[in-house]
Amino acid sequence: MHPTLPVHARDVTKSYGPNQALKGISLDIVPGEVFSILGPNGAGKTTFIEILEGYRARTGGDVTVLGVDPGQGTAAWKARLGIVLQSSGVFEKLTVEEVVGHFATFYPDPLPVDHVIGITGLAEKRKARCDTLSGGQKRRVDVALGIVGNPALVFLDEPTTGFDPSARRQAWEMVDGLTGLGKTVVLTTHYLDEAEHLARRVAVIVEGRVADIGTPREIGGRERATARITFRREGSLASTPFPLELEHHEAEGLVTLPATEPTAVVVALASWAREYGFEELPGLTVTRPSLEDIYLEMISEAPATGSKE
Amino acid sequence: MESRATTQPATRTAPSLVSLAFGRTRVELLQFFRQPEQVFFTFLLPVLFVVIFGTIFSDEIEGPAGVEPVPFSQYFAAGMIAAGVMSVTFASLASTVSMEQHDGTLKRLAGTPLPRSAYFAGKIGLALTTAVAQVIIILAIGVTFYDMSLPSEPGLYGLFAVVFLLGVASCSLLGITYTRLIKSANSAPAVVQPPFLILMFISGVFFVYSMIPAWLQGVASVFPLKWMVQGMRQVFLPDWVATEDYGGSWQTEWVLVVLVAWLVASFLIARFTFRWDRSGG
Repeated sequence: MHPTLPVHARDVTKSYGPNQALKGISLDIVPGEVFSILGPNGAGKTTFIEILEGYRARTGGDVTVLGVDPGQGTAAWKARLGIVLQSSGVFEKLTVEEVVGHFATFYPDPLPVDHVIGITGLAEKRKARCDTLSGGQKRRVDVALGIVGNPALVFLDEPTTGFDPSARRQAWEMVDGLTGLGKTVVLTTHYLDEAEHLARRVAVIVEGRVADIGTPREIGGRERATARITFRREGSLASTPFPLELEHHEAEGLVTLPATEPTAVVVALASWAREYGFEELPGLTVTRPSLEDIYLEMISEAPATGSKE
Repeated sequence: MESRATTQPATRTAPSLVSLAFGRTRVELLQFFRQPEQVFFTFLLPVLFVVIFGTIFSDEIEGPAGVEPVPFSQYFAAGMIAAGVMSVTFASLASTVSMEQHDGTLKRLAGTPLPRSAYFAGKIGLALTTAVAQVIIILAIGVTFYDMSLPSEPGLYGLFAVVFLLGVASCSLLGITYTRLIKSANSAPAVVQPPFLILMFISGVFFVYSMIPAWLQGVASVFPLKWMVQGMRQVFLPDWVATEDYGGSWQTEWVLVVLVAWLVASFLIARFTFRWDRSGG
């Protein structure tokens, strides 16, 4: 039992008959952070989140959410949670103001309805019936219903699926606003840039296990991962032998080489190019793998080994 | 960052169940009355039945020698009140609750501190309101256009209230329980309407009850509608009809026993089998 941590999970398992959907998930989520849970469909993300939300019973392990076992969650406990589900399209006949106001009455200490409508960007639509809203606006109503109770912990399940780029930016600002209010946010998403932008830490769940947990910068060894250098061999550079004893690949003048110490490699390449009259190495790029590259690598290798350890 | 949580101890009390039940009823009514097609069919159908049957069967039901005959419209309207109650309770709730199980509404509500009983209270509040409105409409049309007369004995109004309220309560819970048999939101009308229509026929809503074969009467006697019809006929018809149609007496005690039994059974079954979320796989 962990009264201070919003989420504390140890060896959480879930079986459906012979199928083990969760094979032992352990993680802690600390107050005030945005914690993102990533993973391919069927990896157990939704099962795990729904155990935290109290919708599903776990098979084994220990969980506390806001200091309470979600299997024993009371109304007072639910009043401190905000759950934004994937589904929407309900309460079609009520106006935005009516439905948010109605949900506010369920809670002992709700946020002012006007304020919630404001921060979810629905002020202009407050008198509109929900069945007249666009998909993005309906999603904002979902978020408004999830936060109107002034929760300490908010679950956002794929909050921007189906959004256009500007609506996503607005949604991101809204999530930043929630953390500004001191709330802890658990975010599931399929968009890696979204996790990278919003989350302080991410967990990748693959095949019912945590493949890794860390900041978006360091997860999967991303910081130490091999960089990739590319440049073009033009003019006199093309006719000289390659100067370094390094594994490299060349196609139609474009050279690609992995580098664990990219700075040293670039320095060596630059002095070689200068000898042949190039002050600038043509078309030079140095890139680290994106979160997406790391993620795709993790989900493709993890099933084979079963676990990262 | 945590200051808000620590400086605000849990002094604010949770909203009361009574205020939540009224809030839910208000929202249910708003949603209902903003769907014109739903309002139209809920109230129009029984009205159409009364008008059509009142017009086609304009003759009277003859009793034994020496008693006043009863207009068929009087006989029929009493049954239609009972069927109308079952329509806005059992049939409406089975369909709408099933829809809310499948579209995620109930899942969303289950994730809030709203007590589950408040949700059901709202549904029953809606059913009660529409049932009252429907009774008023049927009586108004019957009295105005089809020579229907209202009971003169005050005791019969008491009986009316008891049968009406027991009917609303037991058929509402039955509708909620019945959602267990509805596998998808789209199939609701197909699963709800046929049994309801059959019950209306074999419970004597459209015919003189004694015309129905004994074995079908036996089947009807298991279900609440037959007893609601019988209770309503006791309110609106002279006692000789009981002798002719219901084997000698109105069996008021059986009306109450069967309706209470359905009420208790539906409550218990719903308590253990009701699903809050059927939106997923």
